[in-house]
Amino acid sequence: MTEFIIRRLLAAIPTLLILIIFSFLLMHSAPGGPFSSDRPLPPEVLANIEAKYHLDDPLPLQIWNYVVGVVTQFDFGPSFQYKDRTVNEIIAQGFPVTLTYGTIAFVVAVVCGCALGITAALNQNSWLDYFAVGISIGAQVLPNFVMAPILVLIFTLWLGWLPGGGWNGGQWQYMVMPVIALSTSFMASIARIMRSSLLEVMHSNFIRTARAKGLSARAILFQHALKPAMLPVISYLGPTFVIMITGSVVIDLYFTTGGIGQAFVNSALNRDYSVMMGITILIGCLTILFNLIVDILYAWIDPKIKL
Amino acid sequence: MSDTAIAAPDGHVETPTKGRSLWQDARRRFLQNRAAVISLFVLGLVCLVAVLGPFLAAWSNEEVDWSVLGDIATLGAPSFENGHYFGVDELGRDLFARVVQGTQVSLMVGIVGSLIAVTFGTLYGATAGYVGGRTDNIMMRLVDILMSIPYMFVLILLLVVFGRSMWLMFVGVGLISWLEMSRIVRGQTLALKSKEYVEAALAIGVKHHVIVIRHIIPNLLGVIVIYATLLVPQMILTESFISFLGLGVQEPNTSWGALISEGASTLQYGTYWQLFFPLAFFIVTLFCFFFIGDGLRDALDPKDR
Repeated sequence: MTEFIIRRLLAAIPTLLILIIFSFLLMHSAPGGPFSSDRPLPPEVLANIEAKYHLDDPLPLQIWNYVVGVVTQFDFGPSFQYKDRTVNEIIAQGFPVTLTYGTIAFVVAVVCGCALGITAALNQNSWLDYFAVGISIGAQVLPNFVMAPILVLIFTLWLGWLPGGGWNGGQWQYMVMPVIALSTSFMASIARIMRSSLLEVMHSNFIRTARAKGLSARAILFQHALKPAMLPVISYLGPTFVIMITGSVVIDLYFTTGGIGQAFVNSALNRDYSVMMGITILIGCLTILFNLIVDILYAWIDPKIKL
Repeated sequence: MSDTAIAAPDGHVETPTKGRSLWQDARRRFLQNRAAVISLFVLGLVCLVAVLGPFLAAWSNEEVDWSVLGDIATLGAPSFENGHYFGVDELGRDLFARVVQGTQVSLMVGIVGSLIAVTFGTLYGATAGYVGGRTDNIMMRLVDILMSIPYMFVLILLLVVFGRSMWLMFVGVGLISWLEMSRIVRGQTLALKSKEYVEAALAIGVKHHVIVIRHIIPNLLGVIVIYATLLVPQMILTESFISFLGLGVQEPNTSWGALISEGASTLQYGTYWQLFFPLAFFIVTLFCFFFIGDGLRDALDPKDR
């Protein structure tokens, strides 16, 4: 087990290096540096600023310094747009917000999705099943950027129940719509996967045996069927994390929750490359970490997999 | 097997039993799938709107209708009398013309993007699977590494750095999803490689790249077609996502994502049609692609036979 984790962590190093170097080179090749503006600066001033940010060093040295800074101190350097703020400060401000509603949305999606899938599978071909399948097909074509305006239309403009945006320190009224908008499509996917895998398990021989020896429906479901049926769901959770973080960009933008996605879009519009890079690399790290957790979880549930 | 009739020794011509190819079989099964056929028809209508729309529109997508400009919430609603079939947007431009234009761009992104992804992924996966050994190992390890990169963020980074051109968007969206394709194709190639006809081709001295192109890839076509159909809606979703953020196609060009974003932001003024029409096109088209993809999978999946 330990060996597996170490091996996976070692394998993550080249991934991160590729990501860092690629985004660094990309940023470096951008036409118009971070300090070029409508009113050109005198060359001496420009040279001074570039010296301050070490932009006049040779390229390999710059990359090396950046990598060392990120690895040893988790330091992404200063923001190019906001002279008094570092990338770390910007991330530290937005990340807790994203993490809060992201985690809630994740839990909601997993719990509701599994419940929906299980209900559908246990009542196969009943109206409940059709209802669940209908929801999951519908949610497939309603991505978060479509859900968000529809929710605002219903709950803010027509019913007037919920505020249309803002964060307000994480009060629940402000969190309801972001969580719903972010979790719907995952809930649907999880429900679909759960349904088909549970159906497959319920038709297998060991379930028939359990039924034959007179176990109750509840005992069959919770003690025998659920664990193997969860496996495909768990392997889906790995990519889910990335999609969730990506989706948070839309949520942040539409509901102005002030999360990390908003910082990313703002930096993209302002050409604040260092912030963009920092966020991209941070999300790369989290992706790798999350895939690792999912793999470990998978091996823990499935006794057939040996690490 | 043969189209030519064989003359029997006694002189009368026997009509040979006509064989059914895999593709004929698949077409028969596909046509039996009602949802898929209806979807194909509806998708055809959407494409028709994209192609013929400019001739039907009374206004161009850049023209501003000054007569409705002051009071768009009431005067700008969809009506046939002033030629704004879908109403106008908040700048007084005809929404029908804009939706037609957005449909063209979105469909194009979907198709060009998945063509790029499928071509690249197929060639990469087929090469890795066919060559095998250490090359295969390295190539697939590289895919593993690339898979855990947050692509949406890298794509936005690319668009910001190199400027938001439509072609960069096409290529970037396509390059996001060749990885999955290459994995699928590699797995299939490994199985095909040991078939007798490949051995036979090798024995008569056919070159390796010819074997890959002439013998391996045609046999992968079923998988490729299914995957490509399911890829198109994903491409459209990705493009819409980026356009929704305001980082995609630029004015006066537009796409479904950009139109939905505009419609969503003007919702509080009561111009619901601005969200409704692009959204309806978007949802209907995605539905069609999903159903057609499902239908193709059922029709072409060899497991069902």
